[in-house]
Amino acid sequence: MNFVAGIDVGSRMTKAVLLAAEEDGGILGRGKVYTHFDLNGAAERALEAALAEADVARDRVDYIAATGYGRYQVGARDIQITEITCHARGAVELIPDLVTLLDVGAQNARAIRLLPNGRVVSFRMNDKCASGAGRFIERVAGALEVDLGQVGPLAMTATEPCPISSICAVLAESEVINHVTNGETIPDILQGTHESIVDRLASLVRQVNLEPPFGLTGGVANNRALVHALEQRLEMPVRLHRDSEYAGALGAALLGRRRRRQLRTASAVA
Amino acid sequence: MYGAGIDVGSTQTKCVVLDGNGEIVGRGLRMTGADVVKASEQVLEQACAEAGIETHEIVYTIGTGYGRFRVATGDDQVTEISCHAKGAVHLFPGTRTILDIGGQDTKAIKTNARGEVVDFCMNDKCAAGTGRFLAAAAEVMGLDVSEIGPVALKSTEELKITNVCTVFVESEILNQLSRGRKREDILAGVHRSIAGRSASLLRRVGVEEELTFTGGVARNPGMVAAVERRMKMKVNASEDSQFMGALGAALFALERAMAGVRRKEQEVQG
Repeated sequence: MNFVAGIDVGSRMTKAVLLAAEEDGGILGRGKVYTHFDLNGAAERALEAALAEADVARDRVDYIAATGYGRYQVGARDIQITEITCHARGAVELIPDLVTLLDVGAQNARAIRLLPNGRVVSFRMNDKCASGAGRFIERVAGALEVDLGQVGPLAMTATEPCPISSICAVLAESEVINHVTNGETIPDILQGTHESIVDRLASLVRQVNLEPPFGLTGGVANNRALVHALEQRLEMPVRLHRDSEYAGALGAALLGRRRRRQLRTASAVA
Repeated sequence: MYGAGIDVGSTQTKCVVLDGNGEIVGRGLRMTGADVVKASEQVLEQACAEAGIETHEIVYTIGTGYGRFRVATGDDQVTEISCHAKGAVHLFPGTRTILDIGGQDTKAIKTNARGEVVDFCMNDKCAAGTGRFLAAAAEVMGLDVSEIGPVALKSTEELKITNVCTVFVESEILNQLSRGRKREDILAGVHRSIAGRSASLLRRVGVEEELTFTGGVARNPGMVAAVERRMKMKVNASEDSQFMGALGAALFALERAMAGVRRKEQEVQG
């Protein structure tokens, strides 16, 4: 049995997903590692982790599709596909009937309006600064010495969210330290951080004509407090999937699988 | 008779003590940290120790910088813009334009021959083009901020840094390093990027000779060279550049002391 892999080399995390090449089934193995600076090495490590989960040998993988900002650095790739296309395709697979998608990664936030087949109608992206992306939360959490995994749970206990006025992730670090000095609690500061990011995400997603069903993908989707704040701001439910962090890699794998079949059919005809 | 100026910046707190002749007799410097009041007291004690005087011999103290209202010993406050102009014209009498690059903001100031502010504009929305941008670059490279200027001056190949965001530039630098680009070339690119942002700020107030460079970043020889090349003019910079705000504040303090404005504290205590 042969397999196809999708690898999404993001600025922070690299994700890999393994699918059966000849069948239509879903994810068999997934891997997630820190990207750091060796992009090709990260792609290999993420793939190894996915192979280990599926208990598959490396040489059974005969087609690799790469996406994400480091896709051109993946030496083993057979094809590279833009991340907007991959995220849309993967998200529709995970969350059926999706019309509007928001993908929030470490550095980019992308709002995408979709057709039912996962094709992209329009998109807007914030890729110039970290004001509306995961790194904003990460920097604030770092300044407060809170583990990233604890940010959501702590923010859920906030009683009076403290607004963060800095748009810049770097200036926000000093601002939150001032808030601590002024006696604000960590949960209130974290929830205030979520609310200010949600403001920026809401305006991004409205630019693509937000319509339900609305789904959120990317690492930030694991943060329940942020998801809740987003639901309140947009006044509609946010649909999630536990594999949503792998949406880009899954989309790459699905598109790669289709491409591989086309190539096989073409060579069989020839 | 002595006058003191205390400049509480986002990153560092500085103090200058002047004698009755307007000569600098003491300086104090420390990281601002979370306790602004303590930082302002410690720099004053440090400067008095250097001057060989007791703190009560200071007739008048002026606070400046973003934390100026929390200088416990301050008799009055003056904005850092006025203080930088006052200090720069005192040290370099030909100064008509000032570029002040601090930890979190960058300012272009136009002054007259008396050191009075004619116009100014500043970058305070984000950390792009500020000392924090340089500090982030230094950190990624594992260098101290004092080392990056001399390293950048050794650059032989031009390399363009495209990210404006301080958070994103970290990944860009890692990427360039992983591609085998030399660190001196990357750092020179970082310095050029900040010089470019400074130039557009300076153009908004209109540049008139002489240009004096103040703030902590002015002690970086790579930055001075980058600004000179970009502005195509000679730039005044001194070892005391980072004390310019505190010096201006101390000059205001001395003027008031000479004019017979008595300390608030003495008035209260009778």
